[in-house]
Amino acid sequence: MAAEKFTTIIIGAGPAGSTAAYLLAKAGLDVLLIERGESPGSKNMFGGRMYSFALNRIIPNFWEEAPLERPVVRETVTMIAGDKSISLTFQEDNWATPPYHSFTLLRAEFDAWLASKAEEAGAMLACNIRVDDVLLENGRVVGVRAGDDELLADVVIAADGANSLITEKAGLRPRLSPRQVATGVKQVIELPAETISQRFQLTGNNGAAHLFVGSCTRGIQGGGFLYTNKNSVSLGLVINAAELQRYPYQISELLEDFKAQPFIAPLIEGGRVAEYSAHLVPEAGLHMMPRLVGNGILVVGDAAGFVLNLGYLVRGMDLAIGSGEAAAQAVMEAKARHDFSQRGLSVYQDILKKSFVWRDLDFYHQVPHFLENQRLYRLYPQLATGIAAEMFTVSDAPPVHLLGKIMAQIKKYQISLTQLASDAWKGGRVL
Amino acid sequence: MKRLSTEQLLSINKFSVDDEAKHIILDRQICGRCESKPCRFACPAGLYSIKDGEISFDPVGCLECGTCRVVCSHPGAITWQYPRGGFGVIYRYG
Repeated sequence: MAAEKFTTIIIGAGPAGSTAAYLLAKAGLDVLLIERGESPGSKNMFGGRMYSFALNRIIPNFWEEAPLERPVVRETVTMIAGDKSISLTFQEDNWATPPYHSFTLLRAEFDAWLASKAEEAGAMLACNIRVDDVLLENGRVVGVRAGDDELLADVVIAADGANSLITEKAGLRPRLSPRQVATGVKQVIELPAETISQRFQLTGNNGAAHLFVGSCTRGIQGGGFLYTNKNSVSLGLVINAAELQRYPYQISELLEDFKAQPFIAPLIEGGRVAEYSAHLVPEAGLHMMPRLVGNGILVVGDAAGFVLNLGYLVRGMDLAIGSGEAAAQAVMEAKARHDFSQRGLSVYQDILKKSFVWRDLDFYHQVPHFLENQRLYRLYPQLATGIAAEMFTVSDAPPVHLLGKIMAQIKKYQISLTQLASDAWKGGRVL
Repeated sequence: MKRLSTEQLLSINKFSVDDEAKHIILDRQICGRCESKPCRFACPAGLYSIKDGEISFDPVGCLECGTCRVVCSHPGAITWQYPRGGFGVIYRYG
């Protein structure tokens, strides 16, 4: 069979791949978007929320047609130490009006919709196909191999996710090390929409996002999350893989423990688990970035490690969409110059460096190292909840001024003041 | 809510089981030399277990996350691929 040749073959119909496919097809280029799942999104999972601005640039007012769950109006961060917890909550009701700051969503539906936009624009979508390798000719990527099929392209875009085998096979990245990634697990728990709105004190279809740190991961590096969807909540844990390598904890058991916590259990009572999912999450940001450009190949989205975890905020889909956009622009420029060599494609890096993707990852580049500090996951939740417990406890013991209460807790947990000041200073500087 | 075992959680999911090809293959010799076997605990689906003194992997229920591949520190012990196109887990929510 004479192999068909495309201008671009994109491996993976997630947000990065479908964005690139949509923009390239819209510009009139012939694009093949390959997905190994039976439909786009059927292999994908995430915590639960997408920030809107990136997609709004590509598909203005996308919320009028995209399958979304709830616009998030409330952010809560909770520190947990045993049976004590302390939370910070922020609410902005304006976020429930256009241009909607962020949405919770479910990937099976959403990714299928975004890929369908690429198809409508003229991209060819091929599902149920696992790409096994890239095709090389004189050290240059000239297409992909899927089973016995060989498909040719001027340029291949690797959008195959966090555990990207393609970037490894193309020699753009060594194997992932456990420090660089986390494992995320999630349960989608179904509840009636009104029950969710009542329990979370939300008006109408407004949504809430909630992050947790502390004993939900038994004090090891990671955290918990809870997002409200329309008729379900997405509840999960994310734990650094190096910690999972070190400790004999079963993450699915930790999630069951988390569900039973007194501040979670009443929220999900009577719910029905509809799905249990797991995925790797890139954690090291620019420090785990593969070579983004090879001869005839570009890397986008999670495959490039484009995730930003600030502890109180997690971004991934907006960066994936932004990198897909940059890759599409780079392919169009390379096409205009008839140069798909590494040199011709290197414009991708230039475009990316001018985009919000690189700007933000670079701005926060010291955060991954900061978040390796073990004190954030055990000691500081103990300290914060300990101080709060002293503040809110009334008894027949003689009163102590706030500063005295704080100092007593610092002494109790044997925290060095210099260490605490240094951590606070570092956090303030890098976050 | 009632506590669910990992098996119960997996039984809720939709899978298209591939009876012909195993996507993750272990090297018995290399695995035999590994003392800590972090795959036993790290796998979110709990698919690694000790049978007759040897570690074994059950591909049915795999969530395809890649955690086992990342936590394994013995090169060559795990030959890891994604399931063939169309097979494996089918997320209906994600």
